[in-house]
Amino acid sequence: MAKIIAGVGSSHVPAIGAALDLGKTEEPYWKRVFSGFEPSKEWMARTSPDVAIVVYNDHASAFSVDIIPTFALGCAAEFPPADEGWGPRPVPVLQGHPELAAHIAQSVILDEFDITVVNKMEVDHGLTVPMNLLFGQPKDAWPCPVIPLAVNVVMYPPPTGHRCFMLGKAIRKAVESYPEDLRVVMFGTGGLSHQISGPRAGLINSKWDKAFLDNLSRNPKKLTRIPHIEYMREAGAEGIEMVMWLIMRGALDDDVAEVYRFYTVPASNTAVGHIILENKRKGAAARKRPAAGRTRQAALRKRTPRISGLSQSKEAR
Amino acid sequence: MTRRAQEYDDIPGTFVFDAERSRQGYGINMFCMSLMKEENRKAFKADEAGYLQRFQLTAEQRDAILERDYNRMLELGGNIYFTAKLGAADGHSFQHLAAVMTGASQEDYAKMMLAGGRSVEGNRSKSGKDRRAGEKRKANPKSKPKSKPSARRK
Repeated sequence: MAKIIAGVGSSHVPAIGAALDLGKTEEPYWKRVFSGFEPSKEWMARTSPDVAIVVYNDHASAFSVDIIPTFALGCAAEFPPADEGWGPRPVPVLQGHPELAAHIAQSVILDEFDITVVNKMEVDHGLTVPMNLLFGQPKDAWPCPVIPLAVNVVMYPPPTGHRCFMLGKAIRKAVESYPEDLRVVMFGTGGLSHQISGPRAGLINSKWDKAFLDNLSRNPKKLTRIPHIEYMREAGAEGIEMVMWLIMRGALDDDVAEVYRFYTVPASNTAVGHIILENKRKGAAARKRPAAGRTRQAALRKRTPRISGLSQSKEAR
Repeated sequence: MTRRAQEYDDIPGTFVFDAERSRQGYGINMFCMSLMKEENRKAFKADEAGYLQRFQLTAEQRDAILERDYNRMLELGGNIYFTAKLGAADGHSFQHLAAVMTGASQEDYAKMMLAGGRSVEGNRSKSGKDRRAGEKRKANPKSKPKSKPSARRK
């Protein structure tokens, strides 16, 4: 059985990609940003997942305003980097995992998440920048296949944080019902606070960002209740893309180990945030849950009547 | 037809690209998208007003584009990820555009970002609504009751 073993949250600032492509990583401004991802690259090399599911958003590259899908799952065999106006980024074409992607699509639609299936798609910096930050700059091929999940956060309203969190749970259920033993890492990308449009452009709210990271790690359900207006007021009009991190978080255990965190301001117009969360129960073979009564959750389940227990989101998987 | 007031119109200096603006600004955004192709950039540069006739634009939208009034484009339904393509076609960096939209020089804007960006303090709300919400958050870390008072005020 396939299993989600960890989640990665990462900003996807386009200027980070440009700095990589133009060889500016040693400049002090950029070194401050890239040095924060050195431990992450080591972690990723050690973790060596079989598949990465990358939640990101398209920035007027693959999708114009002709079609605006809320959730679009990439089921293609490969995803070329998009030309965002300066030619495609010099990164390898991303290999997909069409079998697992199709399985996820089928599973989550029957779980009432009416996602769009995309069989041909180019991917922009929203996906390729976090890939670089975690996997480095491979010349010929990325170390593992990728399933892109593009979320509309460009046109208001994006899906709610709660909806994103629940989609994460549905994706986890889908992954865990896939027969092959695959170790999957889930990425949530975008953010953190930034506004790049209008007279309020340049807004950064580090205090809010830090609280977001704290809650993401320890109390994600609190984040699912944040209304869109609060994201926009506090974290900037474009900061609302942080809802995408909740898809990643929803796909993990309620109780996770935070193994790494990094935060710096600014990269271009944006606060850079990064976190790595591991599920505590590891390995594709470890499919058995701890015996009933051994975890706090299980103890809680035992105490509460079955019906009310079902209404809790932790039961949804 | 006037735009229906939205709760988020209260955020200062912000034009939220919502479904209504998306509908209204379709022509602006598809024009900007067309600039991804070199041949279109050339055609636009050769005859800006003539090129714009290929798109469904109101007179206001057309003027905003010709005058490079980026805030007005956003107000009339342009989206920043699209209008940035116009800026790029003009040979400007994104930072230049951001500075233009904020009314600052590019140098001052860059300095502000290096110093940690624009503070949210004093930039949350036109009406001052947010101050109460902000205070509430500090006083009570539970986020739940926060939306209720503002809902009652409506």
